[in-house]
Amino acid sequence: MSQTTTIPASAKTASIKRFLPSTTNLGAKLPGMARSAGITLASMLLFLLIWQLSSSYLYSVEAESRIDRVLAEQGPEEAEAMRACIASGDISCKPNTLPSPAEVVKASQLLLADHRTISADKAEFKAKTAGVNAQRKEQGLDLITYTGRPSFVDQIFTSLKTVAVGFLIALFIAVPIGVIIGLNENLRTAFNWFIQVFKPVSPVVWLLLVFMIVKTLTLGSDSDTSFLISAVSVGLCSMWATLVNTSVGVSSVNKDYINVAKVLKLGIGKKIFKVILPSAIPLIFTGLRITVSVAWMVLIAIELLAQSPGLGSFVWEEFQNGANDSNAKIIVAMFVIGFIGFLLDRVMYYIQQSVSFEKALS
Amino acid sequence: MSKNPSKSLRNVSLDMRDLTKTYPTPKGDYVVLENLQLQIMKEEFVSIIGHSGCGKTTLLTMIAGLNDISGGEILLNEFPIAGPGPDRGVIFQSPSLLPWMTALENVMLGVKQVFPQASKKELKEICAYYLDKVGLGNAMNKRATELSQGMQQRVGIARAFALRPKILLLDEPFGMLDSLTKAELQDVLLEIWDKEKITAIQITHDVDEAIFLADRVIMMTSGPRAQIGDILEIGFERPRTRKEILNHPDYYGYRKHLIDFLEH
Repeated sequence: MSQTTTIPASAKTASIKRFLPSTTNLGAKLPGMARSAGITLASMLLFLLIWQLSSSYLYSVEAESRIDRVLAEQGPEEAEAMRACIASGDISCKPNTLPSPAEVVKASQLLLADHRTISADKAEFKAKTAGVNAQRKEQGLDLITYTGRPSFVDQIFTSLKTVAVGFLIALFIAVPIGVIIGLNENLRTAFNWFIQVFKPVSPVVWLLLVFMIVKTLTLGSDSDTSFLISAVSVGLCSMWATLVNTSVGVSSVNKDYINVAKVLKLGIGKKIFKVILPSAIPLIFTGLRITVSVAWMVLIAIELLAQSPGLGSFVWEEFQNGANDSNAKIIVAMFVIGFIGFLLDRVMYYIQQSVSFEKALS
Repeated sequence: MSKNPSKSLRNVSLDMRDLTKTYPTPKGDYVVLENLQLQIMKEEFVSIIGHSGCGKTTLLTMIAGLNDISGGEILLNEFPIAGPGPDRGVIFQSPSLLPWMTALENVMLGVKQVFPQASKKELKEICAYYLDKVGLGNAMNKRATELSQGMQQRVGIARAFALRPKILLLDEPFGMLDSLTKAELQDVLLEIWDKEKITAIQITHDVDEAIFLADRVIMMTSGPRAQIGDILEIGFERPRTRKEILNHPDYYGYRKHLIDFLEH
C-alpha cells in the first residue's frame, strides 16, 4: 500500500514529467478525466518535493545542532569525528527527525519483510503444535496459540476488525433509536439534551467510560478486554451522526408520502417499512458514511490508549521505541491509515449510491 | 338553479352540513369556511373553482379526512366520515408517488389495503388493468423516478381508481403540467371516469377544465368565511369529446358565466 502513496521512484517520475507538458499545453483539449489525473499526479509530485526539501532541511538543522553540542562539550576533534560519522550515515549518530520519502519507502519494505518473517514463523508454529492441539482439543483443554508479536499487516487487520465491530455497534444502536425518536416528537425532545451533551465528548473520555464499565462487567475473567473496549468506544464515538441523521430523515418525510399512507390507511408497520424508512434511507446512509469516517479517525487514539494491538498501538509503540527507523514507520502508518480511511469512505459512498432511490433522479 | 328538486337523499353521495373550518391564530380564530352546505349526487362529477386561498383545498382535505372538521359534518353515503381512508381516493396535486417503488408497486400498495383477501395474481390483475387504462401498460415496472411528471400523474389516477373508492377527490391534479400534457390527461381521466362513474370532486383553477369535465361547477367566494357563490349546471351529454365541447353553442355561455364570477 505504501508503494501506492509514495510514487517517487525515478522511473515513474520520468513518466510523469513526460505527462506534465501535455497538461499545460493541451489542457483544454484533454478529456476531463485525463486532465484531473494529470493535475493529481502533478500535485503529488509537488507534495513529495516539499516533503523531501523540508526533511533534508530539518535533517541539516538537527545535524548542525548535534555537532555544535559535541563541539561545546567535547572539543573540536570530537566534533569533526561526529561530522564524519553523520556524513557516513552511520546509524549510531543519525539525526532523528522527519524522515525523507525514500526512508519511508524503505521502512514500508522493512515492515512487509517483517510481516513475511512473522507469517512464516506463525505457520511453522502452527504446524509444530497441530498434533498437540488436536490432543488438547480432545481432552477439552485450551489450545496453544501463537503469542509472538503481531506484524504490521496483522495490526492493520486488527484495526479493521475493531472498526467493523464498532461500526456494527453504532449501526445497531443508532438506527433503531433514530427511527423511534424520529417517529415521536416527545421522544425527540426527551433525547435532544442527551444527544447535544454527549455528541461532542472526546473519544478518549468515551474510552475511559467504557473501560470503567467493561472492567466491572468482566471481573474475574482473565480474557483480554482491550479489543472489546476499543470496539465499543469506537461505536459510541461514531454513532452520533447516524443517530441524528436517522431521526431527521424519519421525522422529515415528505408530507405527500405521509398523506398517501394516511389515505391508504396503512398500518403502522407498513407505514414505517414501506414509506418512512425508504424515504429516510438516503439520510441514514449519509449518517452511516460519516460514522465510518469518524470511527476510523477515533480508532487510532482509542487503540493507542486501550493497548489494543492495532494501528494505534503500532504508532504509539514506535514513538515510544525511538529506534532510528521509528519515525519512518510512523509515517508509513500515517499513509496506510489515510489510504484505508479513503477506501472505507469510497465503499460507503458506493453502498449509499446503490441503495438510494435519489440516484435515479440525477 | 342551485337546488335540483329531484334530489332524494338516497341519491346523495356526499352531504356537507353546516361545514365550518377555523384555524386558531393569536388574534382569534381565522374562519376559512362557514356553514357551508353542499350535496353531491352519486355518479356526479363536480368541479370547485375559486380564487387561491378561498378554502377549496381546505374543503377537499376535510373530505379526505386529512384535515380536522371544526364544525358541522360531512356524510358519505349517509355516514359521517372519520379520518382518512381508502373509500375516498385522492389524486394529489403533485403525483406523490413513492419514488423507491415502481408504478405497479405504487398502485399495489393501496390495492392490497382495499382487497386484503385477494390473491397476488388477482391484485396484480387489478393494478395492471388500471395502469393499462391510463396508458402505462408497458411502463408498469418502471420506477416512479424514471417517469415524467405527466406519466407519474397517470399512475396517480390509476392508483386512485384502483382503490374502487366511493368518491374521488382531485386536488388540482393537472395544475403542475404543461397544457399539452394537461389536455392529454384530462382525456385519460374522462375516459376512465366514463367507465367507472365514481362520484368525483375536483378542485381547479382552470375554467375550461371545469367545464370539460364537470356536471356541475361550484364557484366559491373569496375567503375568509368562504361560501358557495354560485353553481353552474353543465348540460353537455356524456361521453364528451374535446372537439364537440369546444364547438357546442353553450360552451361560451358557460365560460362567460364562470369568468364573470371569478372577475367579479
